[in-house]
Amino acid sequence: MTKYIIRRLLAAIPVLFGLSIILFAFIHLLPGDPAVALLGQHATPELTAEIRAQLGLDQPLWQQYLAYLGQLLHGDLGKSIITNRPIIDEFLLRFPGTVELTVGALIFAVGLGIPLGRYAARHVQGFGDGMVTVISLLGISIPIFVLGLTLQYIFAVQLKWLPASGRLDPRIAIEYHTNFVLIDTLLDGNIPAFFNGLSHLILPAIALGSIPLAIITRITRASVLDVTNEDYVRTARAKGLSERRVGGRHIMRNAWLPVVTVIGLQVGGLLAGAVITETIFSWNGVGRWTVQAIQDHDYFVVQSIILIFALIFLVVNLVVDIGYAFINPRIRYA
Amino acid sequence: MTETTIAIEQGGGPMLGVAPPEDVLLDVRDLKTYFHVMDGTVRAVDGVSFSLKRGSSIGVVGESGSGKSVTALTMMRLLDIPPAEIVDGEIWFDGRELVAMSDEDIRHIRGKDMAMIFQEPLTALNPLFTVGDQISEQIQLHMKVKKREAWDRSIEMLKTVGIPNAETRVKQYPHEMSGGMRQRVMIAMAISCEPKLIIADEPTTALDVTIQAQIMELLKSIQQRTGASLMLITHDLGVIAEMVDDVIVMYAGQVVEQGHVDEVFLDPRAPYTEGLIRSIPSVVGRGRRLKAIRGTVPSPFNLPPACRFEPRCDYPWDLCRATEPELYQVGAPERGARCHLYGPAGRGHRSPVVGTASVEGETESTEAARPDAAQVFLKSEQALEDRRQ
Repeated sequence: MTKYIIRRLLAAIPVLFGLSIILFAFIHLLPGDPAVALLGQHATPELTAEIRAQLGLDQPLWQQYLAYLGQLLHGDLGKSIITNRPIIDEFLLRFPGTVELTVGALIFAVGLGIPLGRYAARHVQGFGDGMVTVISLLGISIPIFVLGLTLQYIFAVQLKWLPASGRLDPRIAIEYHTNFVLIDTLLDGNIPAFFNGLSHLILPAIALGSIPLAIITRITRASVLDVTNEDYVRTARAKGLSERRVGGRHIMRNAWLPVVTVIGLQVGGLLAGAVITETIFSWNGVGRWTVQAIQDHDYFVVQSIILIFALIFLVVNLVVDIGYAFINPRIRYA
Repeated sequence: MTETTIAIEQGGGPMLGVAPPEDVLLDVRDLKTYFHVMDGTVRAVDGVSFSLKRGSSIGVVGESGSGKSVTALTMMRLLDIPPAEIVDGEIWFDGRELVAMSDEDIRHIRGKDMAMIFQEPLTALNPLFTVGDQISEQIQLHMKVKKREAWDRSIEMLKTVGIPNAETRVKQYPHEMSGGMRQRVMIAMAISCEPKLIIADEPTTALDVTIQAQIMELLKSIQQRTGASLMLITHDLGVIAEMVDDVIVMYAGQVVEQGHVDEVFLDPRAPYTEGLIRSIPSVVGRGRRLKAIRGTVPSPFNLPPACRFEPRCDYPWDLCRATEPELYQVGAPERGARCHLYGPAGRGHRSPVVGTASVEGETESTEAARPDAAQVFLKSEQALEDRRQ
């Protein structure tokens, strides 16, 4: 098992290497000059040339790439053009917000998707099944920004049940240790602030989790239906087990397998969706920062974020594959 | 031969609603299981009756789709309702009636008093649990013992079914075992709670020929050792002849012949049984035409109007297309055949008996040419011989 994990991690290196080339090429194909963006109205040809020389943008592309790669190998992501601070520091400042949002969305999608899928499979072809199908079709076809704005309008503006934006009420001051609002408030025992943070999380998590929810529901339904017709389910019934035990143990354990794979793949979608969700809900995370960096032509920031997201995606899927082996003994990672 | 011409179902049969005598473990009465599907209704089991004494064994033979498995699944109440429906009939098992029993009550019989071994050992075990886990789950449920105790009993059961290194094997997953080994596990699971009836639904169909014999041998020895009754479903006539006391032959959802296994094979009365026995292929008779039953099994949606076997029968006449034959008693009281030849109108028509006489008539080919059938016949002849003395 350890061998397998090491091999998978080693296999990730060429992937990241290839990705760094593609990213580098794409970013430099984008229109707009960072030096011009930085100088704004004051841009003169002389000043622009000076800035370009400072940033190394006047050198041939391959030299720029090699310099970038050299930095990466030293664990240095470079500095933001705009703030002139190390990108890694800025990233770590915002990453907890994105994790909170993504995990919230995942809990919403899995926690609701699996029971809904099981319910639909148990009442296949019935009214309940039809309703679940409609809900999941809606979930998958409504874009995040439409759903997000609609949720804000209904629950924040009209009903005033939940806050419309931000991670925490600006009037509440908390001390940051880990930059996770929910963790830091708990560490300080500040329960009202914790619930305030939680209430801020609900709407964006629902908006972001709607597509994974739809997919997980559909996959769970199909998987449960598939497994229900297996011979070993009949064997389990023939043993005299209760329907509860047959469903919970013999069917669900097997039905989990495809669902787990899909959950792993959804993490990629969640990270991408976080960009939109964080922008709509003014959520201080990596997603909103990405949008800002693109607008600012802050090349190095955009490059680094995509690279880190790719790394996260690889690691999450490795974790999923390992989790798979624990559920399914037929898979032996030798 | 003089036969009484009363139908078994009408005469002598048990009264509906009344429990059978104590020595009868299983009494199936006029069981009807239909499937309501999109194209219509399939009468998969259509008026099947038979009974089984404690400690004895019965074989159920017939082609695919004749209703053998559905009969067994109905007894276990394992069919999905709908599309299935138990339309009519009674199943008396160990003094209790199963058709009207609640789902909760039947659960305590399933796997405990009545256990079933399925056809596909490769898919009948859950791939995600160790075999020990799966066996002890059942033991824990029915024997009300602790996990540790159930686990020990699982090991003991694996030893009983002849699995070497049971202590190691018990911790293995199904995919780590061969087909024969998995079927042994299924048998271990079935007998783990000391059932009164073991139903084996084509337990060797999916297995290698050499393994088939071993599994059958095992089933037989376990049945003898535990004193359980056995209901063996198969289409292998050779296996039936060696394994069971009584046999029922099914065709298109009905019993077409029943009786002691030796008598049925030695002296088949229903034209269908006769055809079945004739169609056993031979090794020495190579090059000769196989005497298969002509035609195919009728579509369940479009059964012949009267006798269901009539289109394929060698001896049909007008009556066979007009009215459905009953299961008439032939010879011994337990012996029956569903054919008009044995009904009131049957006299004068050609008897299809191929029994001893015809076997002797074809001596040069039969005994050597048909090892299975020959064995069956020799064995039954011997049995008859013994009885006469």
